Amino acid sequence: MSGAPVAPHPGSAQKSPTTPAETIFEARGVNLRFGGVHALTDVSFGIRKGELFSIIGPNGAGKTSMVNCISGRYRPTDGKVFFKGRDVTGTTPNHRAALGIGRTFQNLALFGHMSVLDNIMVGRHHLLKNNFLTGPLYWLTGARKEELAHRREVEEIIDFLEIQHVRKATAGTLSYGLRKRVELARAIALKPDLILLDEPMAGMNLEEKEDMARYIVDLNEEFGMTVVMIEHDMGVVMDISHRVMVLEFGKKIAEGKPEEVLADPRVRRAYLGEDDVEDDVPSASSPPARKEVA
Amino acid sequence: MANVSIIPSGDFKTSYAADTTIFPTKTSRNFAILGVVLLLACPAFLDRYWLSLLIQIGYLGIAALGLNILVGFTGQISIGHSAFFGFGAFASAWLNNSLGVPVALAIPLAGVVTTGVGLIFGVPAARLKGLYLAIATLAAQYILQDFFGRADWFTGGSAGTIAEPLTIFGFAFDTDERYFYVVLVAMVVMYILGTNLMRTRDGRALVAVRDHYLSAEIMGINLTKYRTMSFGISAFYAGIGGALYAHYLQFVSVENFTILFSIQFLGMIIIGGLGSIMGTLMGTAFMVLLPEVMQAATKLVSGTAVDTALNLRENIAFLREMSIGLVIILFLVFEPDGLAHRWKQIKAYWKLYPFSH
Repeated sequence: MSGAPVAPHPGSAQKSPTTPAETIFEARGVNLRFGGVHALTDVSFGIRKGELFSIIGPNGAGKTSMVNCISGRYRPTDGKVFFKGRDVTGTTPNHRAALGIGRTFQNLALFGHMSVLDNIMVGRHHLLKNNFLTGPLYWLTGARKEELAHRREVEEIIDFLEIQHVRKATAGTLSYGLRKRVELARAIALKPDLILLDEPMAGMNLEEKEDMARYIVDLNEEFGMTVVMIEHDMGVVMDISHRVMVLEFGKKIAEGKPEEVLADPRVRRAYLGEDDVEDDVPSASSPPARKEVA
Repeated sequence: MANVSIIPSGDFKTSYAADTTIFPTKTSRNFAILGVVLLLACPAFLDRYWLSLLIQIGYLGIAALGLNILVGFTGQISIGHSAFFGFGAFASAWLNNSLGVPVALAIPLAGVVTTGVGLIFGVPAARLKGLYLAIATLAAQYILQDFFGRADWFTGGSAGTIAEPLTIFGFAFDTDERYFYVVLVAMVVMYILGTNLMRTRDGRALVAVRDHYLSAEIMGINLTKYRTMSFGISAFYAGIGGALYAHYLQFVSVENFTILFSIQFLGMIIIGGLGSIMGTLMGTAFMVLLPEVMQAATKLVSGTAVDTALNLRENIAFLREMSIGLVIILFLVFEPDGLAHRWKQIKAYWKLYPFSH
């Protein structure tokens, strides 16, 4: 890997990019409808290069739908998505991988019968050049040399995520936490500029969560990847995100720095529950206003 | 962890190259080489009948590997494989008879032509899944079978067509002893190519499409392209196998390439192990040798009370078909991963004996 895992990214010095950096991804008026269901309604936002961007919201708010629009699994019914200044609304997911978008899934989506190593090597797909003609002639066409070079880079990712001990194991036999990590490894192997993590910490214990949070921060700061994360654990989201977007019923209700978003009364209502509104912002809302909310 | 290949203690890999060899250990590699050397010596001490069985295992094994790449590795069902096998046989004979292409060239060319046909059927098939795909490949089977019956210029129609024996520099491979080497070389080459394919980029992509097509797409794999490609590769192997078959029998007739034959191919890879290259060969050997075993079994029981009660001798063909069906069912129930998996477990058992942990 051309120095990626060790060489710090130029933009890593600033923890939260305060200066408006270059926008790597932008959604403009994205609508997504399935029949009569409005999964997303007029969602617009931008993700800056090098930032750790979180999308939060209650269950069914459209977070995963939004990520699917970014990764290309869904095409917005209306609106456009731009990646690196280019309109990618109509491009297929496999094409977006080559453009530099990688992702993990909420429900594990490993290749269950392949070894961990092969799973991660699949992530190198768009970077490898050998094909069905040169691959079979392994020794004659340079396919071997290429495969071994990429194997080395994959091993660096394996080292980074500390999954050396399972590299030869069949992915489907691993524990949940390890599978999540292998999935992250596979997404990193794509060498994406923008990595989408759909609930990377769901179902993990505290220790695993801490490890995962560290990996995500490292990804962002050392590998220089722009990270988009969906996560329910508010502690993690508030600790590591640069900016947060909140969705509710497919609509964007807030966007900004974690502490600003957390203070937003609409967010507290939508996501954290009404009790919090009562406890934390008593002066802001008078009793009649609360009734209106209910 | 009996399904993990066991590396003897002290055998450390010190380079990625040493860790990506075809055979995990030196012993397994040496055994494979020994096996090929033993096969090379076979014509010296085996009679023609046994040689013909080995030749059958060879060309059927090549075609079955193609089917395994499609069904086992890519997860696309096909019940039209024998039609591609037949197309390869006719194509090679036709290239030689009508266009005067030397047989040594006609065999690989037949593979290429069959790839083209496979791609034609693969383009719509790659967009289908499960039962719909099964029906689409069934249609391929019948379309090609009908084509064989009608295209007199290509297949000689119902009369069939002559296929000249393979001749290289005036040396004709027209006996079983000679042709055995042709098939052996072809088989070893095709299996090595197949193994290499499966451990490089496009092979991994095929398995990824099988295991989780949604995430495969996110990994940058074009699903339609790889599903279509899988049909092409499968047809290529079938074409080569068919061409070898044609120049072995030196006569190709239309009625051989039926759906029953396609199902036998499926039987081979299911018994051998879906998604296993070694298993493909084991399954093919099993399917070819099963009738022989049944024959021997009938000999054993002939004249006994069982024989007189069931009148076996006259029903041997019937019994054979039944036993193949029975064996497939038994395999699906007791060893869904096939002979290859069973073989691994036996190896692990002996290596770890008496402490299987």
